Amino acid sequence: MKVVVDEDRCCGAGSCAMVAPEVFDQREDDGIVVLLDAEPTDGLRATVREAADLCPAGAITLGDA
Amino acid sequence: MTTTHSAEADAPEFPMPRAARCPFDPPPEAKAKQEEGPLARVRLWDGRTPWLVTRYAEQRALMADPRVSSDIRRPGYPSPAPVTGEGSKISFILMDDPEHARLRRMVTAPFAVRRVAAMRPAIQKIVDDLIDEMLAGPKPVDLVEAFALPVPSLVICELLGVPYSDHDFFQDNSKVMIRQTTAVEQRQAAIGALAAYLDELVGAKLTEPGDDLLSGLASRVEAGELTRAEAAQMGVLLLVAGHETTANMIALGTLALLEHPEQLARLRDTDDEKLVSTAVEELLRYLNITHNGRRRVATEDIEIAGETIKAGEGIILANDIGNRDPEVFADPDRLDVGRDARRHIAFGFGVHQCLGQSLARLELQVVYSTLYRRIPTLRAATELDEIPFKHDGAVYGVYELPVTW
Ligand code: HEM
Repeated sequence: MKVVVDEDRCCGAGSCAMVAPEVFDQREDDGIVVLLDAEPTDGLRATVREAADLCPAGAITLGDA
Repeated sequence: MTTTHSAEADAPEFPMPRAARCPFDPPPEAKAKQEEGPLARVRLWDGRTPWLVTRYAEQRALMADPRVSSDIRRPGYPSPAPVTGEGSKISFILMDDPEHARLRRMVTAPFAVRRVAAMRPAIQKIVDDLIDEMLAGPKPVDLVEAFALPVPSLVICELLGVPYSDHDFFQDNSKVMIRQTTAVEQRQAAIGALAAYLDELVGAKLTEPGDDLLSGLASRVEAGELTRAEAAQMGVLLLVAGHETTANMIALGTLALLEHPEQLARLRDTDDEKLVSTAVEELLRYLNITHNGRRRVATEDIEIAGETIKAGEGIILANDIGNRDPEVFADPDRLDVGRDARRHIAFGFGVHQCLGQSLARLELQVVYSTLYRRIPTLRAATELDEIPFKHDGAVYGVYELPVTW
Protein backbone atom coordinates (compact mmCIF):
# COMPACT_ATOMS: atom_id res chain seq x y z
CA MET A 1 0.00 0.00 0.00
CA LYS A 2 1.27 3.49 -0.96
CA VAL A 3 0.23 6.59 0.96
CA VAL A 4 0.31 10.15 -0.35
CA VAL A 5 -0.63 13.21 1.71
CA ASP A 6 -1.53 16.69 0.51
CA GLU A 7 -0.28 19.28 2.98
CA ASP A 8 -2.14 22.10 1.25
CA ARG A 9 -5.49 20.38 1.72
CA CYS A 10 -4.80 19.26 5.31
CA CYS A 11 -6.74 21.15 8.00
CA GLY A 12 -4.92 19.61 10.95
CA ALA A 13 -7.98 17.90 12.43
CA GLY A 14 -5.69 15.08 13.57
CA SER A 15 -7.93 12.08 12.79
CA CYS A 16 -5.10 10.32 10.98
CA ALA A 17 -2.67 10.77 13.85
CA MET A 18 -5.36 9.46 16.19
CA VAL A 19 -6.14 6.22 14.33
CA ALA A 20 -2.76 5.44 12.74
CA PRO A 21 0.02 7.13 14.75
CA GLU A 22 2.55 4.70 13.23
CA VAL A 23 1.95 6.29 9.84
CA PHE A 24 0.81 9.87 10.46
CA ASP A 25 1.98 12.66 12.76
CA GLN A 26 1.47 16.43 12.89
CA ARG A 27 4.03 19.20 12.44
CA GLU A 28 5.13 20.93 15.64
CA ASP A 29 4.56 24.47 14.40
CA ASP A 30 1.18 24.26 12.66
CA GLY A 31 -0.35 20.82 13.22
CA ILE A 32 -0.29 19.91 9.50
CA VAL A 33 0.13 16.25 8.55
CA VAL A 34 3.54 14.55 8.51
CA LEU A 35 3.77 11.22 6.70
CA LEU A 36 5.98 8.91 8.76
CA ASP A 37 5.69 5.86 6.54
CA ALA A 38 4.75 6.11 2.85
CA GLU A 39 4.59 2.33 2.41
CA PRO A 40 3.08 0.85 5.56
CA THR A 41 3.05 -2.91 6.06
CA ASP A 42 -0.02 -5.03 5.37
CA GLY A 43 -0.76 -5.18 9.07
CA LEU A 44 -1.56 -1.46 9.02
CA ARG A 45 -3.81 -1.60 5.96
CA ALA A 46 -7.11 -1.39 7.84
CA THR A 47 -6.13 1.51 10.08
CA VAL A 48 -4.59 3.49 7.22
CA ARG A 49 -7.79 2.97 5.20
CA GLU A 50 -9.78 4.23 8.15
CA ALA A 51 -7.49 7.27 8.47
CA ALA A 52 -8.05 8.12 4.80
CA ASP A 53 -11.80 7.67 5.16
CA LEU A 54 -11.96 9.85 8.27
CA CYS A 55 -9.83 12.66 6.86
CA PRO A 56 -12.27 15.58 6.63
CA ALA A 57 -10.19 17.40 4.03
CA GLY A 58 -9.57 14.50 1.65
CA ALA A 59 -5.85 15.00 2.12
CA ILE A 60 -4.87 11.30 2.17
CA THR A 61 -4.71 9.24 -1.03
CA LEU A 62 -4.04 5.51 -1.08
CA GLY A 63 -2.65 3.47 -3.92
CA ASP A 64 -1.33 -0.02 -4.56
CA ALA A 65 2.37 -0.44 -3.94
CA MET B 1 -40.36 23.46 -11.49
CA THR B 2 -43.84 23.17 -10.01
CA THR B 3 -42.71 20.49 -7.59
CA THR B 4 -39.90 22.70 -6.31
CA HIS B 5 -42.30 25.60 -5.85
CA SER B 6 -44.82 23.59 -3.89
CA ALA B 7 -41.99 22.02 -1.88
CA GLU B 8 -40.94 25.51 -0.91
CA ALA B 9 -44.48 26.61 -0.10
CA ASP B 10 -45.05 23.53 2.08
CA ALA B 11 -41.63 23.68 3.72
CA PRO B 12 -41.93 22.88 7.43
CA GLU B 13 -40.39 25.16 10.00
CA PHE B 14 -36.82 24.50 11.07
CA PRO B 15 -35.49 23.81 13.66
CA MET B 16 -38.13 21.18 14.38
CA PRO B 17 -39.30 20.26 17.88
CA ARG B 18 -38.15 17.07 19.62
CA ALA B 19 -40.72 14.63 20.92
CA ALA B 20 -41.60 15.45 24.53
CA ARG B 21 -40.67 12.06 25.96
CA CYS B 22 -37.50 11.58 23.88
CA PRO B 23 -35.04 14.31 24.86
CA PHE B 24 -32.07 12.39 23.41
CA ASP B 25 -33.57 11.74 19.99
CA PRO B 26 -33.66 14.11 17.02
CA PRO B 27 -37.05 15.58 16.04
CA PRO B 28 -39.40 12.89 14.61
CA GLU B 29 -40.32 15.20 11.73
CA ALA B 30 -36.65 15.44 10.72
CA LYS B 31 -36.31 11.65 10.81
CA ALA B 32 -39.43 11.39 8.64
CA LYS B 33 -37.83 13.74 6.09
CA GLN B 34 -34.77 11.52 6.08
CA GLU B 35 -36.90 8.50 5.26
CA GLU B 36 -38.56 10.37 2.40
CA GLY B 37 -35.30 11.34 0.73
CA PRO B 38 -31.86 12.90 1.04
CA LEU B 39 -33.02 16.47 0.32
CA ALA B 40 -35.95 18.54 1.54
CA ARG B 41 -36.87 22.19 1.90
CA VAL B 42 -37.39 23.82 5.28
CA ARG B 43 -38.51 27.26 6.41
CA LEU B 44 -36.37 29.41 8.70
CA TRP B 45 -37.31 32.16 11.17
CA ASP B 46 -36.87 34.78 8.43
CA GLY B 47 -39.02 32.98 5.85
CA ARG B 48 -36.12 31.64 3.81
CA THR B 49 -36.42 28.09 2.51
CA PRO B 50 -32.97 26.50 2.35
CA TRP B 51 -32.28 22.86 1.52
CA LEU B 52 -32.20 20.39 4.38
CA VAL B 53 -29.77 17.57 3.69
CA THR B 54 -30.93 14.58 5.68
CA ARG B 55 -28.58 11.66 5.01
CA TYR B 56 -25.03 10.93 6.08
CA ALA B 57 -23.54 10.30 2.60
CA GLU B 58 -24.85 13.53 1.06
CA GLN B 59 -24.01 15.51 4.20
CA ARG B 60 -20.42 14.33 4.20
CA ALA B 61 -20.04 14.94 0.48
CA LEU B 62 -21.40 18.48 0.69
CA MET B 63 -19.42 19.47 3.79
CA ALA B 64 -16.26 18.45 1.92
CA ASP B 65 -17.29 20.18 -1.33
CA PRO B 66 -15.36 23.36 -2.21
CA ARG B 67 -18.48 24.75 -3.93
CA VAL B 68 -20.13 24.91 -0.53
CA SER B 69 -19.35 28.02 1.51
CA SER B 70 -19.39 28.73 5.27
CA ASP B 71 -19.25 32.48 4.71
CA ILE B 72 -22.04 34.14 6.66
CA ARG B 73 -21.48 37.36 4.66
CA ARG B 74 -22.93 35.72 1.51
CA PRO B 75 -26.55 36.73 0.89
CA GLY B 76 -28.03 33.19 0.73
CA TYR B 77 -26.48 32.03 4.01
CA PRO B 78 -29.18 30.33 6.13
CA SER B 79 -28.47 32.11 9.37
CA PRO B 80 -29.90 30.45 12.51
CA ALA B 81 -30.72 33.84 14.05
CA PRO B 82 -30.63 37.52 13.08
CA VAL B 83 -27.15 38.90 12.46
CA THR B 84 -26.01 42.46 12.00
CA GLY B 85 -23.54 41.41 9.33
CA GLU B 86 -20.54 43.35 10.53
CA GLY B 87 -17.98 41.58 8.39
CA SER B 88 -14.99 42.51 10.50
CA LYS B 89 -16.38 40.81 13.57
CA ILE B 90 -16.57 37.20 12.44
CA SER B 91 -14.14 34.42 13.24
CA PHE B 92 -12.77 31.78 10.87
CA ILE B 93 -15.58 29.29 11.53
CA LEU B 94 -17.67 31.57 9.26
CA MET B 95 -15.04 32.16 6.57
CA ASP B 96 -13.85 30.21 3.51
CA ASP B 97 -10.37 29.19 2.43
CA PRO B 98 -7.86 30.66 1.88
CA GLU B 99 -8.78 33.23 4.58
CA HIS B 100 -10.05 30.44 6.87
CA ALA B 101 -6.99 28.22 6.43
CA ARG B 102 -4.58 31.08 7.09
CA LEU B 103 -6.18 31.83 10.44
CA ARG B 104 -6.95 28.24 11.46
CA ARG B 105 -3.35 27.16 10.88
CA MET B 106 -2.13 29.80 13.31
CA VAL B 107 -3.90 28.03 16.18
CA THR B 108 -3.83 24.38 15.11
CA ALA B 109 -0.58 23.23 16.74
CA PRO B 110 -1.80 23.37 20.37
CA PHE B 111 -4.75 21.12 19.42
CA ALA B 112 -2.64 18.46 17.68
CA VAL B 113 -3.15 14.91 18.94
CA ARG B 114 0.24 14.49 20.65
CA ARG B 115 0.22 17.95 22.22
CA VAL B 116 -3.23 17.31 23.64
CA ALA B 117 -2.32 13.82 24.90
CA ALA B 118 0.38 15.43 27.06
CA MET B 119 -2.37 17.28 28.92
CA ARG B 120 -3.92 14.06 30.25
CA PRO B 121 -2.40 14.20 33.77
CA ALA B 122 -3.41 17.86 34.19
CA ILE B 123 -6.97 17.11 33.05
CA GLN B 124 -7.17 14.05 35.33
CA LYS B 125 -6.17 16.25 38.26
CA ILE B 126 -8.78 18.88 37.43
CA VAL B 127 -11.45 16.16 37.26
CA ASP B 128 -10.33 14.48 40.49
CA ASP B 129 -10.17 17.75 42.42
CA LEU B 130 -13.67 18.77 41.32
CA ILE B 131 -15.06 15.37 42.31
CA ASP B 132 -13.35 15.69 45.73
CA GLU B 133 -15.04 19.04 46.20
CA MET B 134 -18.40 17.67 45.14
CA LEU B 135 -18.13 14.72 47.53
CA ALA B 136 -17.19 17.04 50.38
CA GLY B 137 -20.07 19.44 49.68
CA PRO B 138 -23.85 19.34 50.18
CA LYS B 139 -26.18 17.22 48.04
CA PRO B 140 -28.09 17.28 45.83
CA VAL B 141 -25.79 19.42 43.72
CA ASP B 142 -26.13 20.82 40.20
CA LEU B 143 -23.72 18.75 38.12
CA VAL B 144 -23.55 21.47 35.44
CA GLU B 145 -22.30 24.14 37.80
CA ALA B 146 -20.20 21.95 40.07
CA PHE B 147 -18.52 19.84 37.43
CA ALA B 148 -19.59 19.90 33.77
CA LEU B 149 -18.85 23.57 33.18
CA PRO B 150 -15.72 23.95 35.38
CA VAL B 151 -13.84 21.00 33.77
CA PRO B 152 -13.62 22.38 30.20
CA SER B 153 -13.45 26.00 31.44
CA LEU B 154 -10.39 25.27 33.56
CA VAL B 155 -8.77 23.34 30.71
CA ILE B 156 -9.35 25.95 27.99
CA CYS B 157 -8.30 28.81 30.33
CA GLU B 158 -5.00 27.05 30.96
CA LEU B 159 -4.44 26.43 27.26
CA LEU B 160 -5.36 29.95 26.15
CA GLY B 161 -3.89 31.84 29.09
CA VAL B 162 -7.21 33.27 30.29
CA PRO B 163 -7.56 33.77 34.08
CA TYR B 164 -10.14 31.26 35.34
CA SER B 165 -11.12 33.73 38.06
CA ASP B 166 -13.02 35.61 35.33
CA HIS B 167 -15.24 32.60 34.65
CA ASP B 168 -18.52 34.20 35.73
CA PHE B 169 -17.96 36.95 33.17
CA PHE B 170 -17.09 34.77 30.19
CA GLN B 171 -19.52 31.95 30.98
CA ASP B 172 -22.44 34.37 31.30
CA ASN B 173 -21.59 36.12 28.03
CA SER B 174 -21.07 32.81 26.19
CA LYS B 175 -24.48 31.69 27.35
CA VAL B 176 -26.16 34.82 25.97
CA MET B 177 -24.17 34.55 22.76
CA ILE B 178 -25.22 31.01 21.89
CA ARG B 179 -28.82 31.10 23.07
CA GLN B 180 -30.87 31.15 19.88
CA THR B 181 -33.63 33.27 21.43
CA THR B 182 -31.27 36.09 22.43
CA ALA B 183 -32.22 39.44 20.86
CA VAL B 184 -29.77 40.74 18.23
CA GLU B 185 -28.65 43.70 20.33
CA GLN B 186 -28.07 41.48 23.33
CA ARG B 187 -26.03 39.03 21.29
CA GLN B 188 -23.97 41.85 19.81
CA ALA B 189 -23.37 43.21 23.30
CA ALA B 190 -22.20 39.83 24.60
CA ILE B 191 -19.87 39.29 21.64
CA GLY B 192 -18.62 42.84 22.04
CA ALA B 193 -17.92 42.35 25.75
CA LEU B 194 -16.03 39.10 25.08
CA ALA B 195 -14.07 40.66 22.20
CA ALA B 196 -13.09 43.65 24.37
CA TYR B 197 -12.04 41.28 27.15
CA LEU B 198 -9.91 39.14 24.80
CA ASP B 199 -8.47 42.25 23.18
CA GLU B 200 -7.30 43.47 26.56
CA LEU B 201 -5.78 40.06 27.32
CA VAL B 202 -3.94 39.99 23.99
CA GLY B 203 -2.65 43.47 24.83
CA ALA B 204 -1.38 42.24 28.20
CA LYS B 205 0.36 39.26 26.54
CA LEU B 206 2.15 41.68 24.19
CA THR B 207 4.02 43.14 27.12
CA GLU B 208 4.13 40.05 29.32
CA PRO B 209 4.03 36.93 27.17
CA GLY B 210 3.50 33.52 28.73
CA ASP B 211 3.58 29.98 27.43
CA ASP B 212 0.00 30.00 26.19
CA LEU B 213 -2.01 30.24 22.97
CA LEU B 214 -2.97 33.91 23.38
CA SER B 215 0.70 34.82 23.84
CA GLY B 216 1.39 33.00 20.58
CA LEU B 217 -1.27 35.12 18.89
CA ALA B 218 0.13 38.28 20.48
CA SER B 219 3.55 37.57 19.00
CA ARG B 220 1.92 37.18 15.57
CA VAL B 221 0.26 40.55 16.05
CA GLU B 222 3.68 41.99 16.82
CA ALA B 223 5.10 40.35 13.71
CA GLY B 224 2.33 41.92 11.62
CA GLU B 225 0.81 38.56 10.59
CA LEU B 226 -2.46 39.28 12.31
CA THR B 227 -4.40 42.32 13.45
CA ARG B 228 -5.18 42.66 17.12
CA ALA B 229 -8.91 42.52 16.31
CA GLU B 230 -8.41 39.21 14.46
CA ALA B 231 -6.48 37.83 17.41
CA ALA B 232 -9.22 38.86 19.84
CA GLN B 233 -11.89 37.35 17.56
CA MET B 234 -10.04 34.03 17.46
CA GLY B 235 -9.71 34.19 21.22
CA VAL B 236 -13.50 34.56 21.56
CA LEU B 237 -14.12 31.60 19.23
CA LEU B 238 -11.70 29.34 21.08
CA LEU B 239 -12.88 30.35 24.54
CA VAL B 240 -16.58 29.88 23.74
CA ALA B 241 -16.21 26.73 21.59
CA GLY B 242 -13.75 25.36 24.12
CA HIS B 243 -16.05 25.17 27.10
CA GLU B 244 -19.71 25.33 26.04
CA THR B 245 -19.66 22.22 23.86
CA THR B 246 -17.70 19.90 26.12
CA ALA B 247 -19.70 21.04 29.16
CA ASN B 248 -22.89 19.98 27.42
CA MET B 249 -21.43 16.62 26.44
CA ILE B 250 -20.47 15.99 30.08
CA ALA B 251 -23.87 16.83 31.58
CA LEU B 252 -26.11 15.50 28.81
CA GLY B 253 -23.88 12.42 28.41
CA THR B 254 -24.18 11.69 32.11
CA LEU B 255 -27.95 12.04 31.98
CA ALA B 256 -28.15 9.76 28.91
CA LEU B 257 -26.07 7.15 30.73
CA LEU B 258 -28.19 7.42 33.88
CA GLU B 259 -31.21 6.74 31.66
CA HIS B 260 -29.40 3.70 30.16
CA PRO B 261 -28.07 2.03 33.34
CA GLU B 262 -26.79 -1.08 31.53
CA GLN B 263 -24.58 1.14 29.33
CA LEU B 264 -23.43 3.14 32.35
CA ALA B 265 -22.49 -0.12 34.11
CA ARG B 266 -20.33 -1.23 31.16
CA LEU B 267 -18.41 2.02 31.32
CA ARG B 268 -18.13 2.06 35.11
CA ASP B 269 -16.93 -1.51 35.40
CA THR B 270 -14.19 -1.44 32.79
CA ASP B 271 -10.43 -0.86 32.81
CA ASP B 272 -10.39 -1.03 29.05
CA GLU B 273 -9.31 2.31 27.58
CA LYS B 274 -10.64 1.15 24.24
CA LEU B 275 -14.16 0.78 25.58
CA VAL B 276 -13.90 4.24 27.13
CA SER B 277 -12.94 5.73 23.78
CA THR B 278 -15.66 3.89 21.83
CA ALA B 279 -18.13 5.13 24.46
CA VAL B 280 -17.01 8.72 23.86
CA GLU B 281 -17.48 8.38 20.09
CA GLU B 282 -20.87 6.71 20.56
CA LEU B 283 -22.13 9.43 22.90
CA LEU B 284 -20.92 12.11 20.47
CA ARG B 285 -22.85 10.34 17.70
CA TYR B 286 -25.95 9.60 19.72
CA LEU B 287 -26.31 13.03 21.32
CA ASN B 288 -24.94 15.17 18.47
CA ILE B 289 -25.20 18.33 20.56
CA THR B 290 -24.72 20.76 17.65
CA HIS B 291 -28.35 20.04 16.86
CA ASN B 292 -29.33 22.83 14.49
CA GLY B 293 -27.26 21.63 11.56
CA ARG B 294 -24.14 22.94 9.87
CA ARG B 295 -25.06 26.05 7.85
CA ARG B 296 -23.73 26.59 4.33
CA VAL B 297 -24.48 28.28 1.01
CA ALA B 298 -23.79 27.00 -2.53
CA THR B 299 -21.41 29.12 -4.61
CA GLU B 300 -22.11 27.16 -7.83
CA ASP B 301 -24.90 24.89 -9.04
CA ILE B 302 -24.47 21.46 -7.45
CA GLU B 303 -26.10 18.30 -8.79
CA ILE B 304 -26.80 15.90 -5.99
CA ALA B 305 -29.24 13.06 -5.41
CA GLY B 306 -31.14 13.95 -8.58
CA GLU B 307 -31.67 17.58 -7.59
CA THR B 308 -29.85 20.82 -8.36
CA ILE B 309 -28.84 23.03 -5.49
CA LYS B 310 -28.53 26.37 -7.25
CA ALA B 311 -25.71 28.84 -6.70
CA GLY B 312 -26.70 31.16 -3.87
CA GLU B 313 -29.12 28.75 -2.19
CA GLY B 314 -28.78 27.97 1.49
CA ILE B 315 -27.97 24.46 2.71
CA ILE B 316 -28.43 22.94 6.16
CA LEU B 317 -26.56 19.73 6.88
CA ALA B 318 -28.53 18.13 9.70
CA ASN B 319 -25.74 16.11 11.29
CA ASP B 320 -27.96 15.03 14.18
CA ILE B 321 -30.05 12.87 11.85
CA GLY B 322 -26.99 12.06 9.71
CA ASN B 323 -25.61 10.38 12.79
CA ARG B 324 -28.82 8.34 13.05
CA ASP B 325 -28.75 7.25 9.38
CA PRO B 326 -29.53 3.50 9.30
CA GLU B 327 -27.42 3.14 6.12
CA VAL B 328 -24.32 3.89 8.20
CA PHE B 329 -25.14 2.97 11.80
CA ALA B 330 -27.12 -0.22 12.40
CA ASP B 331 -30.04 0.24 14.77
CA PRO B 332 -29.11 3.93 14.96
CA ASP B 333 -31.43 4.98 17.78
CA ARG B 334 -29.86 2.52 20.20
CA LEU B 335 -27.12 3.80 22.52
CA ASP B 336 -24.40 1.15 22.52
CA VAL B 337 -21.13 2.24 24.12
CA GLY B 338 -19.29 -0.69 22.54
CA ARG B 339 -20.15 0.11 18.94
CA ASP B 340 -17.58 1.51 16.52
CA ALA B 341 -19.01 4.98 15.88
CA ARG B 342 -15.81 6.75 14.82
CA ARG B 343 -17.31 7.72 11.44
CA HIS B 344 -19.81 10.02 13.14
CA ILE B 345 -20.07 13.63 12.01
CA ALA B 346 -20.72 15.20 15.41
CA PHE B 347 -17.55 17.27 14.84
CA GLY B 348 -18.69 18.14 11.32
CA PHE B 349 -16.72 17.24 8.18
CA GLY B 350 -14.64 19.12 5.61
CA VAL B 351 -12.04 21.77 6.40
CA HIS B 352 -14.15 23.25 9.20
CA GLN B 353 -14.20 20.00 11.14
CA CYS B 354 -13.80 20.74 14.82
CA LEU B 355 -10.38 22.09 15.65
CA GLY B 356 -10.72 21.13 19.31
CA GLN B 357 -11.82 17.52 18.71
CA SER B 358 -8.73 15.86 20.21
CA LEU B 359 -9.05 17.98 23.31
CA ALA B 360 -12.80 17.32 23.58
CA ARG B 361 -12.20 13.57 23.19
CA LEU B 362 -9.55 13.54 25.90
CA GLU B 363 -11.65 15.56 28.34
CA LEU B 364 -14.61 13.26 27.79
CA GLN B 365 -12.49 10.12 28.12
CA VAL B 366 -11.12 11.31 31.44
CA VAL B 367 -14.55 12.40 32.69
CA TYR B 368 -16.49 9.30 31.63
CA SER B 369 -13.82 6.95 32.99
CA THR B 370 -13.59 8.76 36.34
CA LEU B 371 -16.92 10.25 37.43
CA TYR B 372 -19.03 7.06 37.58
CA ARG B 373 -16.27 5.02 39.19
CA ARG B 374 -15.65 7.51 41.90
CA ILE B 375 -19.38 8.05 42.51
CA PRO B 376 -20.88 4.66 41.64
CA THR B 377 -24.27 5.51 43.14
CA LEU B 378 -24.61 8.77 41.20
CA ARG B 379 -28.22 9.44 40.22
CA ALA B 380 -30.46 12.28 39.09
CA ALA B 381 -32.15 14.03 42.01
CA THR B 382 -35.20 14.89 39.94
CA GLU B 383 -37.50 13.37 37.32
CA LEU B 384 -36.52 13.46 33.66
CA ASP B 385 -39.46 15.70 32.77
CA GLU B 386 -38.36 18.27 35.37
CA ILE B 387 -34.98 18.75 33.74
CA PRO B 388 -34.63 21.91 31.59
CA PHE B 389 -33.21 20.99 28.18
CA LYS B 390 -31.52 23.54 25.92
CA HIS B 391 -34.07 23.37 23.12
CA ASP B 392 -33.27 27.01 22.33
CA GLY B 393 -29.49 26.60 22.35
CA ALA B 394 -27.11 26.59 19.40
CA VAL B 395 -25.63 23.69 21.36
CA TYR B 396 -27.99 21.16 22.95
CA GLY B 397 -27.69 20.07 26.55
CA VAL B 398 -29.26 20.68 29.95
CA TYR B 399 -29.33 23.99 31.80
CA GLU B 400 -29.03 22.15 35.09
CA LEU B 401 -28.82 18.61 36.33
CA PRO B 402 -29.40 18.08 40.05
CA VAL B 403 -27.64 14.91 41.15
CA THR B 404 -27.17 13.02 44.37
CA TRP B 405 -25.50 9.75 45.47
C1 HEM C 1 -17.67 17.69 22.43
C2 HEM C 1 -17.32 18.87 22.17
C3 HEM C 1 -17.38 19.54 20.82
C4 HEM C 1 -18.25 19.38 19.77
C5 HEM C 1 -19.44 18.43 19.67
C6 HEM C 1 -17.82 20.30 18.73
C7 HEM C 1 -18.43 20.42 17.50
C8 HEM C 1 -17.97 21.19 16.46
C9 HEM C 1 -18.53 21.22 15.13
C10 HEM C 1 -19.72 20.42 14.65
C11 HEM C 1 -17.79 22.08 14.38
C12 HEM C 1 -17.97 22.37 12.89
C13 HEM C 1 -18.66 23.64 12.60
C14 HEM C 1 -19.06 23.74 11.13
O1 HEM C 1 -18.65 22.92 10.31
O2 HEM C 1 -19.85 24.62 10.80
C15 HEM C 1 -16.78 22.62 15.26
C16 HEM C 1 -15.85 23.58 14.88
C17 HEM C 1 -14.95 24.14 15.76
N1 HEM C 1 -14.69 23.75 17.06
FE1 HEM C 1 -15.64 22.30 18.09
N2 HEM C 1 -16.72 20.98 19.17
C18 HEM C 1 -16.41 20.54 20.43
C19 HEM C 1 -15.37 20.97 21.23
C20 HEM C 1 -14.48 21.94 20.89
C21 HEM C 1 -13.39 22.38 21.73
C22 HEM C 1 -13.01 21.80 23.08
C23 HEM C 1 -12.77 23.37 21.06
C24 HEM C 1 -11.54 24.08 21.58
C25 HEM C 1 -11.22 25.28 21.40
C26 HEM C 1 -13.47 23.57 19.79
C27 HEM C 1 -13.15 24.51 18.82
C28 HEM C 1 -13.72 24.57 17.57
C29 HEM C 1 -13.31 25.51 16.54
C30 HEM C 1 -12.22 26.57 16.67
C31 HEM C 1 -14.08 25.25 15.41
C32 HEM C 1 -14.05 25.97 14.07
C33 HEM C 1 -13.19 25.22 13.11
C34 HEM C 1 -13.15 25.83 11.72
O3 HEM C 1 -14.08 26.54 11.32
O4 HEM C 1 -12.16 25.59 11.01
N3 HEM C 1 -14.49 22.68 19.73
N4 HEM C 1 -16.89 22.05 16.51
